[in-house]
Amino acid sequence: MENNVPDLKKITGRPKLRTDFPGMYCPGCHYGIIARLLCEVIEELGIEGKAIGLAGVGCSFGGMPLTIDVDWTSCPHGRAPAMATAIKRIHPDATVFTVQGDGDLGAIGLGCFMNALGRGENLTTVFLNNAVYGTTGGQMAPTTLLGMKTTTTPLGRELKTSGYPLHIPELAATMKGVSYSARCTVHTPANFQKARKALKIAFQKQLNGIGYSLVEFVSACPPGWGLNPLDCLDFISEKMLKEYPLGEFKNVDSLD
Amino acid sequence: MSDRIFVSGNNAVARGAIQAGCKYFFGYPITPQSEIPEYMSRELPKIGGVFVQSESESGSIYMVYGGGLAGERIMTSTSSPGFSLMAEGISYLAETEIPAVIVNVMRMGPGIGTGGQGGQTDYLQVTKGCGHGGYRAIVLAPASCQEIFDLMQVAFFLADKYRTPVLLVTDFILGQMDEPIELRTLEFEPLPKKDWALTGKEKRGGNRAAHIAAFFTYGGVVNYHMKQIEKYKEIKKAEVRYETYMAEDCDLLIVAYGSSARIARGAVDMGRNKGLKLGLLRPITLWPFPAEQISQLSSKVQKVLVVEDSQGQLIEDVEASIKTSVPVHLLGMWARHNTGGGGIIHPERIIEEVEKINGK
Repeated sequence: MENNVPDLKKITGRPKLRTDFPGMYCPGCHYGIIARLLCEVIEELGIEGKAIGLAGVGCSFGGMPLTIDVDWTSCPHGRAPAMATAIKRIHPDATVFTVQGDGDLGAIGLGCFMNALGRGENLTTVFLNNAVYGTTGGQMAPTTLLGMKTTTTPLGRELKTSGYPLHIPELAATMKGVSYSARCTVHTPANFQKARKALKIAFQKQLNGIGYSLVEFVSACPPGWGLNPLDCLDFISEKMLKEYPLGEFKNVDSLD
Repeated sequence: MSDRIFVSGNNAVARGAIQAGCKYFFGYPITPQSEIPEYMSRELPKIGGVFVQSESESGSIYMVYGGGLAGERIMTSTSSPGFSLMAEGISYLAETEIPAVIVNVMRMGPGIGTGGQGGQTDYLQVTKGCGHGGYRAIVLAPASCQEIFDLMQVAFFLADKYRTPVLLVTDFILGQMDEPIELRTLEFEPLPKKDWALTGKEKRGGNRAAHIAAFFTYGGVVNYHMKQIEKYKEIKKAEVRYETYMAEDCDLLIVAYGSSARIARGAVDMGRNKGLKLGLLRPITLWPFPAEQISQLSSKVQKVLVVEDSQGQLIEDVEASIKTSVPVHLLGMWARHNTGGGGIIHPERIIEEVEKINGK
């Protein structure tokens, strides 16, 4: 067997912050990749000792805290920014971040999120947009595409009854308290590297004490979408990124 | 000799909290408690604390939750409609056993009710686990400004000791009335260090703290409940607080709490002057409820009269405490001298009721 192994060069390893917890995400889900990216960026910035994560309700709830070896709490649906506000005000030296899905942040928690932006809290949010409620079985999310079938839009999301998909980083970019707002994906190696850069900038804004920073990850939910993991990658390229363009929407070094 | 000052019940809430070492307040304006956030917004920055005005009571309670997780003494205050919004968060505080103090300056409900009218219509809500899941929270019900000031300190101590949300309930009357108070510091037994608090793991020697809901933390929600059941037994054994007044030889025992108990106490004096042998038991903790004490006293009297400024809520716990066939009467909000904003139950009306049930 050993003879058949080609001469491989090790270019990466398991992040130090990745716990021994085996993982709880479905095959083809991108959350595990994003968790890894979080581990790597937190390590690169050397902030693992003062990082405090808050996971919203949904697939972030148990998976992120069990996977990444920093201080964590899971949060009630949509309320992570309020909880993070108090933690950061009490421990200003800590790096406080929330990981929230599209239902958690964009639907039930939108008011809480917008008010935290309005106050210009010095926090970082990782917003996971897979366009469905994954944990509850694939219902419509505020970010579900028009025409996209979910268990509560069996004929596809209709504009007339369910309105438009929600664009969180674009919305956040309009807020004075926001220093950084970007959208990325991890569905190709090149995008993974860009996402690393965006996440690092977002944390750096907090370390510099400048307002609220936000990174959206457009990511796949194979069971929610009814697609296999490979087709999900095409769906992201062909459908999701048409509605949700990648890039930075705001990047400032000081607030007005 | 400590300083004596003349303050409102709401002011006593805020001062009592600061006396207890609370430096973080998260709140939202609502009548009749807005003097509490106003005082905190003015005073906390002076002592290196933080005041945040949230976007709603839902925002407040989750800031409190975050602040409690961060390991500090934190609180919020609200009034009835806001308290309903907080109920969800209190359930989460109970689940993750995070200490917090929540003050409800009750106003008459349901719904929007009215900010300018007193009432004790949240008794069932505060005592029966106001959010989902059937948890219990310690409920303190002071009846004077001094007692508000003192019990705020007790509230923070009990919250930390048992790792539980503690509710302190007053009402429009207690919140808005002024009385002299002594600014005294109460002494408590030492408390364990909050090694579970979220601070960043470097402050814990590299070992992280993680609060990932009862399902993960206790290896199942039933295991969580098993632990709570034991904790509740301990609290019931150690923390029941009540006060009696002329109850030793009374024929008719009045049971009342908070502002109604003050009025009932006046009625006891009035009745005694008329030869009526009245006595009073005032629960100070609404949970744990002084059931045993009411049971014992009720076995020695002919009648029990519950006085409460509501439709009849406290009476459910009183009736459940009594094991004999002694009749239990109720004097509720219909006994107010008028149905408008300033209506209250006067002591004379209580005497009138006593005479009525005595068959005179």
